[in-house]
Amino acid sequence: MSTDQRPVFLELWRIRLPITGWVSILHRISGVLLVLLLPYGVYLLDLSLRDPQGFATAQAILGSGPARFALLLLAWSLAHHLLAGLRFLLLDLGIGVERLAARRSAGIAIAAGLALTLIAGGLLL
Amino acid sequence: MSRRASGLRAWALQRASAVYLAGFGLYLVLHLLTQPPADHAAWQAWVARPWVNLGLLLFVPTLLIHSWVGMRDLLIDYVWPTGARVLLLTLLAFGLVASGLWALQALILARMG
Repeated sequence: MSTDQRPVFLELWRIRLPITGWVSILHRISGVLLVLLLPYGVYLLDLSLRDPQGFATAQAILGSGPARFALLLLAWSLAHHLLAGLRFLLLDLGIGVERLAARRSAGIAIAAGLALTLIAGGLLL
Repeated sequence: MSRRASGLRAWALQRASAVYLAGFGLYLVLHLLTQPPADHAAWQAWVARPWVNLGLLLFVPTLLIHSWVGMRDLLIDYVWPTGARVLLLTLLAFGLVASGLWALQALILARMG
């Protein structure tokens, strides 16, 4: 059987992803968001360091509506990526590999990431 | 595919870079949240501090390596047509290197005051 004829099952709405799978896919999504936000971050770094005028412009940009939404997205991405990443590092060290522990830490990573986002939202809005 | 960032080496690079990014990144976020710079002079002086500047200069290539390995994994997993994959990898490489050089420029200029 050639590789072209392998059966493929990719009906996403019928695949029930376990919570450990959710941590993983959200780690990937948050990573992509961070990479996409990177050029904007570098732009703001350059602008804010250039001169007092640039600093004021950068502050104005960060205070605008769309930027606040982007900052909230950034907060979740950073929080989730960091927490899920630390969890993966611990798993690599053989810590928390058992199914129950892995499920519990997955739930903690997702919940703590959302909690930190709420806190960041409180600070931003 | 690049031999320099694939397989076991990419796996190790991803974890080593993650440790530095997590540590210094956490310091950056906490500093900016607790002591946001009041004006341009304060911000510039903080970025020009030798240890902060060095930490940031090291942060840039570390972030680029981590982004490259992670995004490369995703493109290999999800983008199957070879042409599209090569195109996206090329755009990614140019985008990352350009962002990195831009950031290094700003950091070095800030250090020189």
